[in-house]
Parts: sequence; C-alpha cells; structure tokens
Amino acid sequence: MDRFAHKRGKLVPLPSDSLVPERDLNSAPVLETRHLGIEFGGLKAVDDFNLTIGKTEIAGLIGPNGAGKTTVFNLLTKVYQPTKGTILINGTDTHGMSTAHVNRIGVARTFQNIRLFNNLTVEENVKLGLHNHIKYGMAGGILRLPNYWKQEKIAHDKAMELLSIFDMEHLANHKAGSLPYGAQRRLEIVRALGTNPSLLLLDEPAAGMNPSETVDLMENIIKIRDTFQIAIMLIEHDMNLVMGICEGICVLNFGKVIAKGSPEDIQSNPVVIEAYLGKKKEGE
Amino acid sequence: MRKLKTTTKIDFATYIGVIIAFVVITVLMNGGMLTRSFSGMLVPICCSIVMAVSLNLTVGILGELSLGHAGFVSVGAFSGVIASQSLVNAVESEPVRLLIAIVVGAICAAIAGILIGIPVLRLRGDYLAIVTLAFGEIIKDLINCLIVGVDSKGLHVLFNAKGTLTVQDLNLKEGGSVIIKGAQGATGIKTISTFTAGFILVMVALIVVLNLTRSRSGRAIMALRDNRIAAESVGINVTKYKLMAFVTSAALAGAAGALYGLNYSSLVSSTFNFNMSIEILLMVVFGGLGNIWGSVIAAAAIKLLPEMLRALADYRMLIYAIILILVMIAINNPTIKGLLGKILPKKKGDEIDG
Amino acid sequence: MEFLSYLISGISLGSVYAIIALGYTMVYGIAKMLNFAHGDVIMVGGYVSLLTMTSLGLPVWVAILLAMVVCTILGILIEGLAYKPLRSAPSLAVLITAIGVSYFLQNSALLIWGANPQVYTPVIEGAVKLFDGQLSITYISILTVVVCVVIMIALTIFTSKSKMGKAMRACSEDKAAAQLMGINVNKTISLTFAIGSALASVAGILLCSSYPTLMPTTGSMPGIKAFTAAVFGGIGSIPGAFLGGILLGIIESLAKAYISTQLANSVVFAVLIIVLLVRPAGLLGKYVPEKV
Repeated sequence: MDRFAHKRGKLVPLPSDSLVPERDLNSAPVLETRHLGIEFGGLKAVDDFNLTIGKTEIAGLIGPNGAGKTTVFNLLTKVYQPTKGTILINGTDTHGMSTAHVNRIGVARTFQNIRLFNNLTVEENVKLGLHNHIKYGMAGGILRLPNYWKQEKIAHDKAMELLSIFDMEHLANHKAGSLPYGAQRRLEIVRALGTNPSLLLLDEPAAGMNPSETVDLMENIIKIRDTFQIAIMLIEHDMNLVMGICEGICVLNFGKVIAKGSPEDIQSNPVVIEAYLGKKKEGE
Repeated sequence: MRKLKTTTKIDFATYIGVIIAFVVITVLMNGGMLTRSFSGMLVPICCSIVMAVSLNLTVGILGELSLGHAGFVSVGAFSGVIASQSLVNAVESEPVRLLIAIVVGAICAAIAGILIGIPVLRLRGDYLAIVTLAFGEIIKDLINCLIVGVDSKGLHVLFNAKGTLTVQDLNLKEGGSVIIKGAQGATGIKTISTFTAGFILVMVALIVVLNLTRSRSGRAIMALRDNRIAAESVGINVTKYKLMAFVTSAALAGAAGALYGLNYSSLVSSTFNFNMSIEILLMVVFGGLGNIWGSVIAAAAIKLLPEMLRALADYRMLIYAIILILVMIAINNPTIKGLLGKILPKKKGDEIDG
Repeated sequence: MEFLSYLISGISLGSVYAIIALGYTMVYGIAKMLNFAHGDVIMVGGYVSLLTMTSLGLPVWVAILLAMVVCTILGILIEGLAYKPLRSAPSLAVLITAIGVSYFLQNSALLIWGANPQVYTPVIEGAVKLFDGQLSITYISILTVVVCVVIMIALTIFTSKSKMGKAMRACSEDKAAAQLMGINVNKTISLTFAIGSALASVAGILLCSSYPTLMPTTGSMPGIKAFTAAVFGGIGSIPGAFLGGILLGIIESLAKAYISTQLANSVVFAVLIIVLLVRPAGLLGKYVPEKV
C-alpha cells in the first residue's frame, strides 16, 4: 500500500529502487527519483536512474571515473535540469525548481572540487549556510535595528555549535581560503548542515585525506546522521569508507545503474567487479 | 569575536577619519586658509567619493564589472536638477530642496538600476561589462534629447529624437522656465550644493555600504562573488541579491549625481560619458576591490592628482597615464610584488599550518 | 535608391568596424582582455599615414606600409611593456592598464599633433556613378569592402592552416597545455598583438579616408564600436567579428538615416544588448556553461 501516492500523482514506488527496504518503514522516503536522465547533445550522461532513500539512511553512490556520479548530484540539486524523469524530495516534485529552491526544501551538498567562499571567514561561511534561517531584511541590516543584533547573536551561536562537530570553533575567524585542505572539506559539510537539510549529498568527502582522517570522517558522518536525523548520500572512491558506513550502495557505469544493494551484495556482484576491473578473458 | 572586532574597528576608523577631515577642512575654510580652487573642489570630491563607494559595491563586493556607472550618476543629476528647479518657488529652504533633489535623484537612478539590472545581471564577466558600457552610452544619448520645462501647469517634457524640436515647442505659459534644452543641457541651475551636504551624503553612503556588507544580505552578495554555484547550493537567491547590490549602487550614484548637478549652474549630458565611468572605476581599483575606506581615499586622491600636477601643464594627463600603468604593474606583477614584500613588513596571521 | 546608398555606406563603415573587430577578437581570444587601447592604435595609424603623405610627400603605398610597420611595432611594444608583466594578474588590473595605455596614446598624440582636427587626404578619391548618377559609390568604400573581405579570408586560412595560426588557436584555448606542447606562448601572444595592430592601422587609413578628419580621440569611439561588433558576432570567432562588424555598420547607417542622427549609437548599442540577451555568447559564439 502506497501511503504517499496522493502526493506523487500516479507514480508508484518500485520496491527494488529502495536500497535498504527495511529502514524507516514508518516514514516517507526523503528522496525518490523516477526514470531520471539527462542528455548532453545526444549523449546520455545519466539514464533511467531510479532510487529511493529513507529518512535516516546512509547511501553510497559508486562507480568508475566518468560514470555520471557527480552528474546525478548535479541533477538532484538542479545545477542541471533533467531532460527526463522526476525527482521527489520529501514527496515534493522538484520539477522546474532552481538550485536555491531545492536547497530550501531540504537538499544540501558539498562539491568534489571544494567550493567555499574563500574571501570570507569560516564563521561567515557557516552563517551563509544559515542564511535562510536568519530573519531580518536589508533595511534591518543597514539600520542595525534591535532584531539585527538578536538574529546575528543567534546565528553566531548556531554557527559555533555546528563548527564544534568537527572541533573547528577556534578557526572561526580565519579566511576559509587559508584553511588546510582537510579543514576546507569539513567546513563545506558544516556549511551544508547549516541549511538544515533532510538529505545531505557529499561528493568525495574523503578525497585527499589520510587513513586516520578518513576514519575520523566516517565516525563523524555517522554522528551527523544520528544527531540531525537526516539521510546522507555520498560519492566516494575509498571503498573502506563506503563499505564501512553505507547501508545501501548504488553502482553507476556509463550513466546507468548496474547494481544496487547492501555492501555485501555489491562486493560479491560479478557485474560490479567487471565494471571496475574489466572483463575477464575466456579461459583466464 | 576577534575578527568581528577588527572589521568594526575599520568601519569606525573610516567614519572618524571622514568626520575629522570634514571638521579640519571646515575650520580651515572658515579661517580663509583654503585657496579658491581647492574649496571649489570640495563638493565634486564628496560626489566622487560617493560614486566610488557605490561602484565598489557592484565591482568589489558583488564582483561584477560595470563600465556604465556614469549613466546612473547622469540620471540622478538631471532628475535632481529637474526636481530642484521646478520647486524653486514651492520650497524656499535650500537645504530642504537639496534633500528632495537628492532623494529624487536616488529614486530615479534606482529605477534605472532595476530596469537595466534585470536583463544585464543574467550575463557574465566581460559580456556584462560591455552591456553596462552600452547602457551608459544609451542613457547619455537619451538625456541629450530631452527638452524639459516647467510652468504653472507642471512639468513639460519633450523627446527630441529627430533634432527638430526647440524650446518653443514646450508651449510654456507665462512665467514658466526651461530646465533642460536638449543637447545644450541644463542651464541657469540654482547652485544649492554645499560641502556640509556632501559630507552628510558621504557618511550616509558609507553607513549604507558598510552596514550592508556586515549584514546577512551583504554576506549573500559576497558569497555570489566568491562562488556563485556554492551560494546557490546553500539556498541564496542569485537574482535577488545581485539586483539588491546593483540597485543600491545605482541609487547612491544617483544621489551623488544630484549633488553634483546642483553644484554647477549648467550641466550637459556628455559630461557623464565613458571616461567618467572609467575614472570612477579607477578610484575603486586603486582603493582596492571591496575596500571601502580605500575608495574614499583613492577618490579624493584621483580628484586632487590632476590639480597637483597642474604645474606640468600639458604633460599632466600623460604623466597621469604613465602613473596609472606603472602602479597597476607594480601592485600586480609577481616579481615586483616579491621585491616589495621583502622591503615591507609581513602581515601576520594570514596563514595557518596543518 | 536612397536606401541603397545608405546600405552601401553602412557596409563600407561596417567593413572598417570588421577589420578593427578582427584584431580585437584575436587579441581577446588569446589574452582574454578588453584592449581599450586598440582603438587608439587606429588613430596612430591615421596620423602616421597622413604625415607620410603630407609632410614627407611620399606616395600612398609608402604611407600605408609605414603606418602598418609603426603600428605593428607599437602593438608589440604595448604588449611587451604594459601587458606582459600582468600575465597572471586579475583581469580588472589588465583592463585598467589598457585604459592607461589608451590615455597615454591619446595624450601623446595631443602633445605631438595638437588637439585641432586635421583634414585627412583620402588614399584614393573619386566615385563610380550608377543609374544616371543617382547612385554614387566612392572608390574608397569599394576598396574598404574588398580589403575587409581579403583580410577575413586571409586570417581564416592563416589560423586554420599555418603552424603559427594553429599555435594561436591552441593558446587561446588553453595556454598551459599549449606551453606543454612546446608552443612559445609569449611569442604567440606578441604575434597576435602585431597582427591586430597592423589591421588597426589599415582600418585607421580606411576610416580616415571615408571620414576625413583626424583628432587624438578619433579612434576611441570606433574602437568601442568594433569591440561591440566583436561581442555581437561572438568574441573569439573570426567570421563572427566580420559578420558583427558589417551588421553593426549597416544598423548604424540606417539608424542615422531613418531613426535619428543623435540616437544612431544608441540604436547600435540597443541591438547589441538585445542580441546578447537572446544569445549570451553572440551570434556565432559558443556558450560554455560553468563546470561543477
């Protein structure tokens, strides 16, 4: 029985699209995509992408280089408008929405090539994540009405609280661009969390980190999920991280989903092995 | 909180610096210690400071290159002059009339800013720059075609596109007066701008721009400059904040324009040409992109520099050009920068390890 | 008939814009800078050729050659002295420097040749009369159009076939990669400025022959309009600059005749704005979205 059919029109979820069918059975899925696809000049960069992610699920999106993983993120956040299919965020169809609008209904992300506001301080970066939760307008800011001081104080406290997830409070007044690489990646996550998302998309969060930093990151991702009760979807090449924390994994190759399931299923799936290692020759 | 205090300190230092300059100059002026040519430059300098500060909002803080800022100044100047001249009898108090003119100038320029900003801000980089240049030229040409007069029945406006109309076509009643005579521009303007008004306008511009930058909206504007895609990803409405910066910038330029226009007894639209836009841009670049107190000092310096070079007569613009090129190379060339870095003391606390 | 004569003068004016725009587009393509001094090179070309003809009394072809040589050297000098030290600087710094160079050239001309407009002797005079003298086409406008077409074709062949031309295209695409492939980037940029400036001098001679007054500021408005033409056609594209130049000339000439003399420039700029809003990369330019 589909309890959310009224919100989605005629669409009926296919059980097989859910990576972890037993998770969050009693709540609506955060993300559902139906036949999602995009073409760039005839080339199908992503094709027929179906996925359902539960409310507090940690999902992995893996695949060889150029498989279309980041393109999926760009579609979900509407950096690209899909040429086919539907994306539902908490049951809302995002058709025609802008990137900013999709963020306001609950999708936040980080970027593969870090995109911080380099000339602003760490605190200002986090406050920008909180932008839509700070309530005063242009006139209030220019005239510095009482509400300005009150709201800025709240924003400051909230920013510090978020920075404390990664013990970064002491960096609050440094320029974001001057931070070391790992701290920049962590700051991007903090900024994304500031927008109060229900789905957090992490694009290669462990890239450039050493093994011990990666272990810390894994713990922190789980901590974030548990504290904020949100779903997290991540693209990652570090298989220790993916297999260690993801409850469900989706494998892309040439823009198409070639396998889906639990880490154990994926590890033993011959199609996935073939995609990563190439086809075995006869008799080998 | 350390950094927050630093920016607040800089802001207050800027305000105090401007106030001290105003007090010192006023005292000197009252003591008759200033030359006539210098006192004559005070209002234009205040106007230039406001123009530079406002352009810095677009170029330095929003990060979009505008080559048509003089267009907004022009809109403000002529609408301010029209407002003031048509109220000569109705509003006797000069400061009040000046205030009205400045507000009218700011509003008209803001409207122009909205009309231009909506299409233009969709473009990026050099394309945006060339289109602002185009708009600046169009505004100049359109104002050049205006014939405006006032009489007991109100304002009369003619658009002289073919160049065939004259002042007579306004059909002004007895006692009416002509304000703008097409290509000849506005003449017979009652000059009501004062240095005090200029100082107040500078302070208002500084408060608007500095407080905006330190607020939620200003952060959003700077976020668009630093990384548009990331800004969108945290839910910032690109069009809204681009337009906010652009229109605020236009409105301040318009206010400066009104003050400028009412400082001279005649005014032609060709004053507000491409070269004026470039001069304002120079002030912003020399003062430092996004650096507001820098714009204040650079605007004053660039206005005074040709005066100081007056002794060099015909060579002054040539020397001005050479200084311009050399300064740009000196502050941007890595080799020369490195040499300067060795001489000058290093800034502390910019880099962090590990 | 009247329309035809406006159209022809538009095409002739447009050809001048196209020649300047070709230089502009090449320089922009490779140096990614708005070279506001480009228009002033036109003016220098005008003065040099005028002086060669009047003061030195040398024949026209010597004047043209000398103007081209002087402007080529000038272009290389400007690039080497003012722009080269700023190769890695922010684009705004380069833009301001270009404006500085423009001021420098204008004020040097002012000091050397004075502010008074000088009458230019056209390189060829006379006109063909058609339809019983109802339509008269000056030789100079025919020459302008022919020169423009020849230059356009020559440049197209040069950039697509020759080794130096290919190097130019490589540099405008990706300087670092071009360097790794063994292309001398600095030399290539200098060459581009040299070609652009030589074209500017030709344009200067043709412009002054059609509109025979010469002042230190003669080049600035055609320079800005030629840049508009380059953007209009799609900056970086050689056929685009050609098309943009010709269209702009026609629009300007017709606007002058049928709309308003005073607003002709505004009409040109308004058309540019509309084109850019519909096609953000110009008529023949390719729009490249930002990669995420």
